[in-house]
Amino acid sequence: MTFSQETHDRAKAVIARYPAGRERSALLPLLHLVQSEQGYVSGDGIGFCAETLGLTRAEVSAVATFYTMYKRHPTGDWLVSVCTNTMCGVLGGDKAYQAVSGHLGVGHQETTDPADGPQITLEHAECLAACDYAPVLTVNYEFFDGIDAEAALEIVKQLQKGERPQPSRGPRLCTFNEIEAQLAGFSDERQGAVGEGPAGEPTLAGNRLAAKYGIAVPGFDPETPIVSKGDK
Amino acid sequence: MSAPSQAALAKLTPVVTKRWLSPDAWKIDVYERLDGYAALRKALKARPDDIIALMKDSGLRGRGGAGFPTGMKWGFIPQDPPGDGGGKPPGKPHYLVINADEGEPGTCKDLPLMMADPHSLIEGIVIAAYAIRAHFAAIYIRGEAVHAARRLRAAVDAAYARGYLGRNILGSRFDLDLVVHSGAGAYICGEETALLDSLEGYRGQPRLKPPFPATHGLYKAPTVVNNVETIATVPFIVLGGAEWFKTMGTEKSPGPKIYSISGRVNNPGQYECALGITLRELLELAGGMRDGHQLRFWTPGGSSTPMLTAEHLDVGLDFEAMAAAGTMLGTTAVQVFSDQDCPVYATYRWIEFYHHESCGKCTPCREGNYWMARVLRRILSGQGTVLDLDTLLDTCDNLLGRSFCALGDGAASPVVSSIKWFKQDYLDYIEGRTPPMFAAEELAGAH
Repeated sequence: MTFSQETHDRAKAVIARYPAGRERSALLPLLHLVQSEQGYVSGDGIGFCAETLGLTRAEVSAVATFYTMYKRHPTGDWLVSVCTNTMCGVLGGDKAYQAVSGHLGVGHQETTDPADGPQITLEHAECLAACDYAPVLTVNYEFFDGIDAEAALEIVKQLQKGERPQPSRGPRLCTFNEIEAQLAGFSDERQGAVGEGPAGEPTLAGNRLAAKYGIAVPGFDPETPIVSKGDK
Repeated sequence: MSAPSQAALAKLTPVVTKRWLSPDAWKIDVYERLDGYAALRKALKARPDDIIALMKDSGLRGRGGAGFPTGMKWGFIPQDPPGDGGGKPPGKPHYLVINADEGEPGTCKDLPLMMADPHSLIEGIVIAAYAIRAHFAAIYIRGEAVHAARRLRAAVDAAYARGYLGRNILGSRFDLDLVVHSGAGAYICGEETALLDSLEGYRGQPRLKPPFPATHGLYKAPTVVNNVETIATVPFIVLGGAEWFKTMGTEKSPGPKIYSISGRVNNPGQYECALGITLRELLELAGGMRDGHQLRFWTPGGSSTPMLTAEHLDVGLDFEAMAAAGTMLGTTAVQVFSDQDCPVYATYRWIEFYHHESCGKCTPCREGNYWMARVLRRILSGQGTVLDLDTLLDTCDNLLGRSFCALGDGAASPVVSSIKWFKQDYLDYIEGRTPPMFAAEELAGAH
């Protein structure tokens, strides 16, 4: 398949971000870019990156197969990643994963049948850096915090019905291909999306305590001079 | 749940996190109203070497886990001839790379920072780049963190529009370009040389050191790699000065630090405290253990830091005291587990993580984690033998100090420490006193 003119234009914009002569730095974003058009990194996607950067297909494949987020098979509309690392697992992530897997009838890195409505690809994720919100799952990498098996099931059922459940942090959900364009480094162009998603209580816990007890660090003077070597 | 004691409250030091409560602090207008970019204006009037000296004087140590002195790291970059302040350096260009590849199990401080206050990171980047004479900087952010990357990209665009990035920043004749570069799901890219390879468009595998990034980093040029929190701390030191900064923390671990407490506590979350706070005090701040839960084991700074027990409630969470207790401060990701949690299971899960994330470059880590995950699964399935404990410890002997990078060393931590403190838990599975935790097929680990 040939890639759209837009993808070719975007590839040029990606390369232009890096210092002259360092085009290869664009490879990771370009792999996200081809994934944003096709939903996975296909053989054609490998070829596109190789041709664009003057690399061999083998060089590009070596990189594409190293990273978990580059999918080698078509991904569903919704990539549901349930964290089953230690903290989430202990607090209920394992049960959530099992519940979702049982409901969808698919296992790790498997995708539901298109006859069953919007397609969902399931995976269990290693630590998603949200232990203070554990257990968590993500849909197309947007976080749903403090879930349990029941809440996880409710989220996937909504997705199956064509609804878009609201993530805890970050904005409205967008499709896998749209999120991959953002991973290639392009801005989220949806009106107001950048501002959506309030900080949760765990993020603010320490600050709330400090505010409640009127605690501030004393002695802060922004005019404190920067000592110059010549002054010493 | 009782109120925290005065002693615990006295350890709270809202500095780097102080804007997080302000609504929309991520917007540049709000950030500017809250003293944003004041440090940059101040720094650009100083000589770059004086900024480096200020960081050295402050005693700031890297917040990414290793605790290397930041000013010293900046000072390793080959410097311009005297008198050339801020001009384009001769020879190879210099680079600044921000490690935002947060992913160590337990660690969750940099993503909320970039969500709540992305401009503090950007301001720190411009100051740091000015100090080390870099004109290109990159933030390597974990791929999965799209929510934080989205806000960061918007903040970078806003900073360009206001003249805080780009050509002739604030009329200083200093130029800086900043790129936000999303990763693609590889924990190993948090290792600084693997990160650099990844940023250059290769598989993220660590490089042999030396040479170090200070001389042969990004594109084989002098490079500083710093953690998000480290750089976000810089503007506050520029404003408040080294002496003020050292009023917090301990003599060798000065300053405030974001502690991320998770697990069986009432109020998990981010608590910015003076370095050296104890777990007992942190637990008070976090509302104590949940009802019905007794502290059993905990990590001071993520899964790669050997676990501690209730015996260590009063050990200071700073670099020196943690080392003296046989562990490491790491990323101050304090994961709290109770008597209802199984240390063998926790260890198994972490080793599945290291097995998945091992880059495969060196044999001890690639093979060691593969086999340790299987041995642990066998034990948890009630099919282990006493010799399995020797196999695990022997494997760890071959990992620790013999792996190519710290990922392999880190994998030994949970295994060795859990066997040290909780050998009986292992034996109870092996000798049938504890029923198998899961049937083998229910363990969703290997992939």
